[in-house]
Amino acid sequence: MKYFPLLWAALWRKKARTIFTLLSITVAFLLFGMLQGVNAGFNQAVEKANVNRLITTSSIALTENLPYGDLAQIEALPGVAGVAHASWFGPYYQDPKNFVFSFPVEPERYFGIYPELILPKEQLQAFINTRTGAVIGADLARKYGWKIGDRVPLHSTIWTKPDGTSDWNFDVVGIYENPTDRAQENAFFFNYKYFDEGRSFSKGTVGWYIVRVKDPTQSAQIAAAVDKLFANSPDETKTETEKEFQQAFLKQIGDINMIVTYILFAVFFALLFATGSTMMQSVRERVPELAVLKTLGFSDTSVLTLVLCESLLLCLLAAALGLIAAWALFPGLKDTLGVVKLPTVVIVEGVVVAVLLAFITGIFPAWRAKRLDIVEALRG
Amino acid sequence: MFKQTTAITSMNLRAIPQRMGTSWVIVIGIAVTVAVLVSVLAMVAGFSKTLSSTGRADRVIVLRGGSVAELSSTISRDNTINIMDAPGVKKDAEGKPIASAEMVAVVALPQRKTGTAANVTVRGVGAKAAELRPEIHLVAGRMFQPAVRELIVGRSALTQFKGVDIGSHISFRNTDWTVVGEFESGGDAHESELMGDIETVLSAFRRNLFQSVTVMLDSPDAFAQYKDKLTTDPTLTVDVQREPDYYAAQSKQLNKLLNFLAFGVGGIMAIGAIFGALNTMYSAVSARSLEIATLRAIGFGAGAVVVSVFVEALLLSLVGGLIGAAAAWLFFNGNTVNTLGANFTQVVFHLTVTPQLLVSGIIWACVIGVLGGLFPAIRAARLPVATALRAA
Amino acid sequence: MSAIVSLHNVVKTYTRGKQTVEVLHNLSIDIAQGDFVALMGPSGSGKTTLLNLIGGLDRPSKGEVNVAGERIDQLSSGQLAKWRARHVGFVFQFYNLMPMLTAERNVELPLLLTNLSSAQRKQNVQAALTVVGLAERAKHKPAELSGGQAQRVAIARALVADPTLLVCDEPTGDLDRTTADEILHLLQMLNKDHGKTIVMVTHDPKAAEFASHQLHLDKGQLVEGSAHA
Repeated sequence: MKYFPLLWAALWRKKARTIFTLLSITVAFLLFGMLQGVNAGFNQAVEKANVNRLITTSSIALTENLPYGDLAQIEALPGVAGVAHASWFGPYYQDPKNFVFSFPVEPERYFGIYPELILPKEQLQAFINTRTGAVIGADLARKYGWKIGDRVPLHSTIWTKPDGTSDWNFDVVGIYENPTDRAQENAFFFNYKYFDEGRSFSKGTVGWYIVRVKDPTQSAQIAAAVDKLFANSPDETKTETEKEFQQAFLKQIGDINMIVTYILFAVFFALLFATGSTMMQSVRERVPELAVLKTLGFSDTSVLTLVLCESLLLCLLAAALGLIAAWALFPGLKDTLGVVKLPTVVIVEGVVVAVLLAFITGIFPAWRAKRLDIVEALRG
Repeated sequence: MFKQTTAITSMNLRAIPQRMGTSWVIVIGIAVTVAVLVSVLAMVAGFSKTLSSTGRADRVIVLRGGSVAELSSTISRDNTINIMDAPGVKKDAEGKPIASAEMVAVVALPQRKTGTAANVTVRGVGAKAAELRPEIHLVAGRMFQPAVRELIVGRSALTQFKGVDIGSHISFRNTDWTVVGEFESGGDAHESELMGDIETVLSAFRRNLFQSVTVMLDSPDAFAQYKDKLTTDPTLTVDVQREPDYYAAQSKQLNKLLNFLAFGVGGIMAIGAIFGALNTMYSAVSARSLEIATLRAIGFGAGAVVVSVFVEALLLSLVGGLIGAAAAWLFFNGNTVNTLGANFTQVVFHLTVTPQLLVSGIIWACVIGVLGGLFPAIRAARLPVATALRAA
Repeated sequence: MSAIVSLHNVVKTYTRGKQTVEVLHNLSIDIAQGDFVALMGPSGSGKTTLLNLIGGLDRPSKGEVNVAGERIDQLSSGQLAKWRARHVGFVFQFYNLMPMLTAERNVELPLLLTNLSSAQRKQNVQAALTVVGLAERAKHKPAELSGGQAQRVAIARALVADPTLLVCDEPTGDLDRTTADEILHLLQMLNKDHGKTIVMVTHDPKAAEFASHQLHLDKGQLVEGSAHA
């Protein structure tokens, strides 16, 4: 508004100091954006979890298999709308470095229970009809240049065939997309039948079940019911909502949240000092000028507001620069994290933190400015 | 010049208490940067230490060819015998190979810290396991008996998980097991595991395939020949690796990530700290422009002025670096961190703030200080004496 | 002519630590509208303190201060601020311009407190700068102006909101003889041609000659000159 020229000029009184403080804040917010983005990225899987789905794994560990026979029993439970299953194939393409996320599934069941995976009907049909058929994610297809009709060999690190080899051949019959989460377009699905017939051990088992419930509010009960089916059997199960499952998995990777919080706390602590010091210095230097403003008729409160607004202007400008930089650099982390875009919520958080920073560093000098006695200040 | 420098420097340093506020900016900015850098690198050091201390140059681990980790490997019983009988393997007093054909299973147990379940390795080991791994010592309880459902728990696993104290019962696949002893093995990867008799574990999981064979060689030099023998055997498809190499490869991914974190985050923080230092030093120089000008007018050389600014910046940075390094050591040294390891199970490792790291941290601090002092020092030297005196 | 400024039995004391010093002792002064008064006296006589009271920068410990019919000694500091904006323009010895603002932005400052539009403000600023003869220096910063020019800008700033009173504290104290005379001529012109009431503190007898009346203070009391100017 009309006070802007005054605020802006006040900031640039000491060019070097303002630039350095600005850059310090920008750097801090760049870090904030990146780290919180990482944090949010990890939590995204949890956020995007579907409330209608439960995951049933062996109660021993995720890595133990479950009998295929369990499927019919789970499906028969009241409240269950559908059941699908998947297993961990664990292959690489040509070189151990090229790991591929691959899962043998039953096409109709799996794509039915994951409606967010968009696959044209004809391709789904081709998948069902082709024994060696494979449906791959759009991102994966782009990465290796695979097209429909290509023959792709994968080497499984786990599953060997009776002849002792671990090389499996597939024909790409479809490409799926996931518009709701572009980071999840890198899977390689193929037919469970081909898998089970081809492997030399653990036949007749699956890795885990996915259960769709009719009413999400009944999730807990249905989960308990599933586990009750197999309690006291050699293959006890653990069923939880998709969200809980993702959360538990993340927890195993470590308390990323905590580490990020610690680092950011440390950074902003240092920043508070730096910015606070700058604001204090700035006000101290401008005591005569602030006194003059008061002689002109600016009230004590308006002088306080002016100082706070200066702080706000500095912090918001710097934070904006830092957050924009983070937003621009973030997609570069795609490969390490699987997150594509800096979530908007992080930017909003950043702005809030910037305002807080401005207030905390500005309030003390602003208060001093308010309480400035004109006569004393002019005399000095 | 030296006398001049000392004179100006001591004058500057004595003036620091008047500029506590801005001086603290450098100290804290650098302290924080060094603390974060050192702690993250301590994670790297700890993790590497855990994995690299697992294994000896004369021990070899054999997996099925093409399997990246034990969990995905399968070896038939016949093959394990051939692997253990191949020449180069050390024999005990009775002429039996010091080797162990093993399997690993993953079991989910509740963690002490969070209460939620995490994966832990249950390793079935052969009869000669104790001789194979002399670094494993029982510190409480007793060894498990063969053919009985008993387990010993590693020290790290004990601190991390609930329900694995001596005397506890764990059940999986309808079998009930008792923890009868606790072992330590110098903080290596095995300390995060539970161990039991191989045949008993195999039958509990209804498996008949082993996952790895670990053998002790006659000497580390026997490796090349041993590997050759196995890889040229037409009945075997195996990967033969020295233990240290195997474990080093496992940590590569996490190492990369942690290093990225350390230098990425640390680097950015360092840049921020440099700006903070520049700010402080510029303001220091500007606040004392009158004094500096007076000194120059009297006859002190520009060089002395430059050095004095540098010394001040360095000193403050040093203090910051020491505080940061000390903080990292105090708060994090010895802390345990656990994360997902190669077998999809938790690996526990201890943050190790090594003296080397402390020194690196302090060096970083000094680098920041020098960079932060450079331009202000030049500015101080180039101060137009007359203008500065007049401004008084 | 009516008294635009009227002080009755004004006492001002300062407390420094344990000491209490009485700076003004029972002062009573009247200043007529349209007058140009020079307040003189040795250092420590209390003339700046008196000026501060007249300008509403400070309140008396005892007594009444009437300016333009208002008892400003009874106003709260918030009300005083508003009052100052409307009624007083200050000119200081060291100009006290904002170093990072241009001349016109400096002059604009008092207008920011009004409801004038941006265009109206610009117009008033132009007018004020023209009166002091610095219209072509509008975009210059104080560092780019000579002492005399800076003081002119300060005077323009004091004028721009059309205040009741111009209060000047040693306005020529930092200027050489020639420039000081120019400034004093300017003040005289504002007084004679534009009817501005001016109260000026000075220790320079030559400056005092430009005023129409002189008041002398010594140790907080009026010495020479009549109480009624």
